[in-house]
Amino acid sequence: MSEKKLAIIATKGTLDWAYPPFILASTAAALGYKTQIFFTFYGLQLLKKNLDLKVSSLGNPGMPMPMKMDKWFPTMFQALPGMESMMTVMMKRKMKQKGVASLDTLRELCVEAEVEFIACQMTVDLFDMNTKDFMDGIDYAGAASFFEFAGDSDITLFI
Amino acid sequence: MSNFDQELDASGLNCPLPILRAKKSLASMDVGQTLHIIATDPGSVKDFEAFSKQTGNELVESREDAGKFYFLIKKNS
Repeated sequence: MSEKKLAIIATKGTLDWAYPPFILASTAAALGYKTQIFFTFYGLQLLKKNLDLKVSSLGNPGMPMPMKMDKWFPTMFQALPGMESMMTVMMKRKMKQKGVASLDTLRELCVEAEVEFIACQMTVDLFDMNTKDFMDGIDYAGAASFFEFAGDSDITLFI
Repeated sequence: MSNFDQELDASGLNCPLPILRAKKSLASMDVGQTLHIIATDPGSVKDFEAFSKQTGNELVESREDAGKFYFLIKKNS
């Protein structure tokens, strides 16, 4: 079977949106795709050694909440201190209950399957990020590198 | 129950873990051997069909019994 290629751009740094790139990349690798993820802007949070991602219901009217809170709990109160942490704890608990893998596990599975991680050098500079905070074994590059891989990929996703 | 060489219990695991664990199990097996998988994720029915088609491994059997899903995959490559 000829090798297929998948190129993903990961741009989001919240707990929920960290899932699609890692789920798709690990699955693609299991199906025999050579896979690369280019992390840019907030997506760079997914490369931190210590994954400490949060989820917020604020500005996300589509997010289902316990006790149908999405129907009656005033949006204004979702901005209260501690709400974000609470939502994050609840989301993680729910995921565990439902047998959804942790992000650390999925990321580890990607690494095992030799998915390549590229960090956007421009974003690292822009936010004065410390590369010591990032996991080992990743490359730092720019848009041209992305196209070198994506140019002959079978699938390209922007997440 | 059919004969098999190795068994994987993916009960309670959700997408994409059953597929990833199956892939890992198959990697350690010889061509021609069969892997029996137990799963509770209803999405795994379509997913194992798709997995087999794309990896060239044969889905010998796929059945449901009392809320659990059972798959038999023969390693072809």
